[in-house]
Amino acid sequence: MASTTTVEPGRATAATAPARRRRGFPWAAVRSYLGIALIVIFCLAPFYWMIVTSFRDVGFTFDNTPWPTHVTLDNYRTVFDTSLGNNFAQALLNSAIIGVCTTILAVMFGVFAAYALARLDFRGKFLVLGIVLGASMFPGVALLTPLFQLFTNIGWFGTYQALIIPDISFALPLTIYVLTAFFSEMPWELEQAALVDGATPGQAFRKVILPLAAPGLFTTAILAFIAAWNEFLLASQLSSDRTEPVTVAIAAFTGSQPQQEPYTAIMAAGTVVTVPLVILVLVLQRRIVAGLTAGGVKG
Amino acid sequence: MTTTDAETREAEPGEPSKRGRRGRSEHAAAQNRLGLYLIAPSIIVLLIVIGYPVVRAVFMSFQKDAGLDPATGLFTEGGFAGFSNYTHWLFQRCGDISCPPGTLGSQFWSSMSTTIFFTVATVIIEVCLGMWMALVMSRAFKGRGLLRASVLVPWSIPTAVTAKLWFFIFAFDGIANSLLRTEILWTGSQWPARFAVIIADVWKTTPFIALLILAGLQIIPEDVYEAAKVDGATKWQRFTRITLPLVKPALMVAILFRVLDVLRIFDLPYILTGGANNTTTLSILVVNQIRQGFNSAAALSTITFVFIFLVAFVFVRVLGANVVQTTQSQQKGAR
Repeated sequence: MASTTTVEPGRATAATAPARRRRGFPWAAVRSYLGIALIVIFCLAPFYWMIVTSFRDVGFTFDNTPWPTHVTLDNYRTVFDTSLGNNFAQALLNSAIIGVCTTILAVMFGVFAAYALARLDFRGKFLVLGIVLGASMFPGVALLTPLFQLFTNIGWFGTYQALIIPDISFALPLTIYVLTAFFSEMPWELEQAALVDGATPGQAFRKVILPLAAPGLFTTAILAFIAAWNEFLLASQLSSDRTEPVTVAIAAFTGSQPQQEPYTAIMAAGTVVTVPLVILVLVLQRRIVAGLTAGGVKG
Repeated sequence: MTTTDAETREAEPGEPSKRGRRGRSEHAAAQNRLGLYLIAPSIIVLLIVIGYPVVRAVFMSFQKDAGLDPATGLFTEGGFAGFSNYTHWLFQRCGDISCPPGTLGSQFWSSMSTTIFFTVATVIIEVCLGMWMALVMSRAFKGRGLLRASVLVPWSIPTAVTAKLWFFIFAFDGIANSLLRTEILWTGSQWPARFAVIIADVWKTTPFIALLILAGLQIIPEDVYEAAKVDGATKWQRFTRITLPLVKPALMVAILFRVLDVLRIFDLPYILTGGANNTTTLSILVVNQIRQGFNSAAALSTITFVFIFLVAFVFVRVLGANVVQTTQSQQKGAR
């Protein structure tokens, strides 16, 4: 009995407390904290290493001291330096343009579909859900070849639309799925209540439904934006120097010596791209977890 | 905002139901109509961005690539190719001869086995590790916020950055060799290179798997465990007889998502190893082929697509991963 009660403190606090007193030492709690520590280290150590390296002098790239040494901002200057053939600021702008356009289009179309899927009973609903889910798992390479040829033929190669349109293929299914989840959780009765209380349909929508739906819409938009921001396969083949997004720019980042990989500068570029995203995700973590587990779609 | 129309229109179908059966069927018809109107734009967009390219790819795959015909040495303009693009990949035929080693045509089966190897290895590791993480997270009283925050970090980093980060970690003078006190050329030979790709993928995606499994764990009612405990079930029995069967739907969905995702893996091996040393996956092979001939690449991408589709089909039919229902029922558990 003692062995069974100690292992799952989360399940039965009342049963564990006496057992813990009996055994004298809270092994279960220690194991729980150890597990937490291991997970946190596992998740954060490489990220930490990227940030530490990004502030390290290029001459000490392989210093390998686990804490910051030879701290400098030079790497960040190198990242935005255009004299080496990189144009990172342009790439950031490109990523922002592609991400924002993709997100707006996906949410604009997805919001109607999600509303129907969450609130209406109509024929073929499960078929539509299946199609949407199937589309979100669709392999990008299957689109790449025909689009590559098509865009070359019609002169779209290296334009923004050539990058935005393929991104819709995964952003729209993701948007529909996550929004459907959020919408089906919303207390729609409140809309009826507002109407009963004498609000016009417009007021009921503006003052009741919109404030309730806004966080879900925003989270969905963030997820779609992250997915578009992180896309690499399509962008690496369909973009030109002028339109390449940050993911492609980082993969192709060149240093002053062609034979040497500019690690510290790349880590700085990675930090620039990642840290705003991480902050955003951490601020919205609760909702993002809800959206992710509902949509089950990887960014 | 954009939902205004939907809101006002939806308010109407609720009313006619007072008129009895006829009203109810009108109500259903109205819902069907409204549903169709609201769904149609998205379906049309998906048909344009996915349907059209797929049909075009299938059409292309039956066309000859313009270029020198290896059999005759003459320049060909293209034209109908029959199944020659498919036999090129599946049976490694380049014209009438079998493809010489080193050409892309000869790499199909090795990329296929590399892709399958990555899939099996990463999914097994990620599911086991993810299960453990989910159990730790579900039991944690304090530090749950910290856990959730740190688990989201690898997920939110772009894969291209992840690949560069691990490329640096696995550099010869890098931190991996320094910590392990080894001198391995990680990206220099087959198994270390594959291992590097697997580690990077495990780091990036295990937290995501853990979140999916955790959502499944949280819908298991507490009293089931209580009852089992009263009946004297051991910890292991409770895990295998309660947790596993009850979390199975969520687990199957997580595995399905991951399998389909690794089968199309591109970013990590492409940036980390460049596809060298037997880390070329099907997606990388398609990309390498594109500039050597669209139509042949289209055949390969169609093969890849059909293969992934078949795997998904087997999962859903044979193993009973009910994606739609499970993800729907999980939403409650997620909060």
